[in-house]
Amino acid sequence: MKVSLFITCLGDVFYVNAGKATVELLERFGCEVDFPETQTCCGQPAYNSGYRENTKAAAKNMITSFAHSEYVVSPSGSCAYMFHEYESMFEDDPVWQEKAIKLKEKTYELTQFLTEVLKIEDTGSEFHAKATYHTSCHMTRLLGVKEAPFKLLSHVKGLEMVDLPNRHDCCGFGGTFSIKMPAISEQMVDEKVEHIEETEAEILIGADGGCLMNIEGRIKRNNKPVKVMHIAEILNSRGEV
Amino acid sequence: MPMHIGEKEFTNRVDKGLGDDFMRGAVRSAQGRLQSNRAGAAEELGDWDQWRDLGQEIRSHTMENLDFYLQQLSEKVAERGGHVYFAETADDANQYVSEVIAKKNAKKIAKSKSMVTEEIALNDILEENGCEVVETDLGEYILQIDDNDPPSHIVAPALHKNKEQIRDVFKEKLGYTNTEKPEELTLFAREQLRKEFLSADVGITGCNFAVAESGSFALVTNEGNARMVSTLPKTQITVMGMERIVPTWEELDVLVSLLTRAAVGQKLTSYVTALTGPKDEDEVDGPEEFHLVIVDNGRSKMLGSEFQEALHCIRCAACINVCPVYRHVGGHAYGSIYPGPIGAVITPLLGGYDDYKELPYASSLCGACTEVCPVKIPLHEQLITHRRNIVEEEKKSGLAERLVMQGFSRVTRSSKLFNVATKMAPFLVTPFVEDGSIVKGPGPIKPWTNIRDLPVPQKERFRDWFKTREKGGTGHGQG
Ligand code: SF4
Repeated sequence: MKVSLFITCLGDVFYVNAGKATVELLERFGCEVDFPETQTCCGQPAYNSGYRENTKAAAKNMITSFAHSEYVVSPSGSCAYMFHEYESMFEDDPVWQEKAIKLKEKTYELTQFLTEVLKIEDTGSEFHAKATYHTSCHMTRLLGVKEAPFKLLSHVKGLEMVDLPNRHDCCGFGGTFSIKMPAISEQMVDEKVEHIEETEAEILIGADGGCLMNIEGRIKRNNKPVKVMHIAEILNSRGEV
Repeated sequence: MPMHIGEKEFTNRVDKGLGDDFMRGAVRSAQGRLQSNRAGAAEELGDWDQWRDLGQEIRSHTMENLDFYLQQLSEKVAERGGHVYFAETADDANQYVSEVIAKKNAKKIAKSKSMVTEEIALNDILEENGCEVVETDLGEYILQIDDNDPPSHIVAPALHKNKEQIRDVFKEKLGYTNTEKPEELTLFAREQLRKEFLSADVGITGCNFAVAESGSFALVTNEGNARMVSTLPKTQITVMGMERIVPTWEELDVLVSLLTRAAVGQKLTSYVTALTGPKDEDEVDGPEEFHLVIVDNGRSKMLGSEFQEALHCIRCAACINVCPVYRHVGGHAYGSIYPGPIGAVITPLLGGYDDYKELPYASSLCGACTEVCPVKIPLHEQLITHRRNIVEEEKKSGLAERLVMQGFSRVTRSSKLFNVATKMAPFLVTPFVEDGSIVKGPGPIKPWTNIRDLPVPQKERFRDWFKTREKGGTGHGQG
């Protein structure tokens, strides 16, 4: 199966290990992974801030970059969902709208792809730790991927999963919200970190670069002893830590 | 700007909210209770999503045919001898109500809970005219005697107060001597209010839904006070927003089920009172004279616009009860009697962007509101639409932000520029790196690093790794 990786800008620049793990994981299950080099950013920060016109160029670039792909897989739920927004963005442009629909239909978030397309729940992974999982808002509510990460994590040998209290609450990232409304964002991320601490987990797992950057940033600032990891890193692990 | 409450500046209001530990404690615990009640009641109803679809269908059909149903409603009310007045603006509505009251020479007015009369600030006008207005909803009553403290929630207006604070208000203003036990507080308030009902000349009610086919009105309350307001005084005035209407009793049934379950998770919020105009000669209960005031006040501008769905709102407050931003800043920070997600959507529409342009940004777009809305209003999408209007139509976004976004557009459209920018990033931030993190970022990064560390851009980006790996031919699966 041929898969094009949509790494996302945060994944390209900050979370390189999560990207590597994603590639290795997909290859382990027989996928042939390519990386279209012309990809940039999905345009989410501008789009969600109301700059729709300024987002169209990014959208067109992404649509073109992945035009050849059979499947597009991304290690980030909100960025995968952003490809779904392109359809309405081009409501007055039927040519690009049609292309946008094609892109949307072949795009998957990583855990969604593993469970829905590859039909895998047990990745044969092994990782020894006590961990909790942060459900990202756009991935669960908008993309509708709710159970996949939990199913996959439940099969990881050695991993003890603890429920995160109030797990459906937003972590306060919200893209530009985090810098436009910093005082409110701070309260939200503090509440999230409090709940993470209540679980006494050593590791916080997530599937969205933005949320992880926010939560990890706050954890580090306050010197909390919790490590933040992307779900691909856990699933790609074979107990060699 | 009658809708407006509190300080003028949004940031001041937010700071005040964030600094108020009492308020935040009260809001947090109320939100938790309401959320779990709602989830339980929704489950009990069976397929909640199907119910929501039905609710959405009913609301959208009604809005598409609003002219027809308003006409039908008016005819039915007139047939039974009621008077109907269509108020285009808040002033028109207030003036009409004032005239009715003046003609009756009325001095004492009993009111049941009504958001639209808050919106048009009817009480202020009536008091200016020398009337005594008594709010009979317990929450509204508490706020009224606490020197007209503004409401902070559309269903539970005094949600920002805990029971100790309520006890203190009663003690200070009314000589209350008992404890903060809710039952004792309620009993005391009821005793006070009973006196008021009996001596009121005019009753004013809001309306949850008007039923077009019969010219009736449904009022949903927790306390049954609407019944007293609508039956005891001789003259009754019902004020409704022009969108609060359903075609028939059948739809009313569905929407009341959705409303009460979404609101506080009760099957019925205790009392549903149905009123049908003035009483007939053979009826014992009911007013002798009935006036219906239908308020537009900016709503018809929403019809046919990209915000039409906001008119579907049935004011259940479920979106407010799940909103994490509301939880932290409280209702008053929104500066509007309509707080929370729905408030952030409709307040700028009713009150204009000049005064309310921050509200659409007071959301992380987490979508919790959209997920619970019983009539499926895409609330977070409407907030993005507002942002787009503010940026693209009104050109009200700041210069610095516009420049950043233009730069963003240039970099993301061109893979070459993106490549250069991301390659340079690690070197540009070097001066700000401490212990493997950026802790004091420059310019636009500053609001981020004031609160959180920022990771350092990697010198070997993912794309570099991938390329080397392909060239090196490390082969698949060996990483
Ligand atoms: S927008 Fe939806 S959830 Fe919010 S108050 Fe209105 S009906 Fe209820």
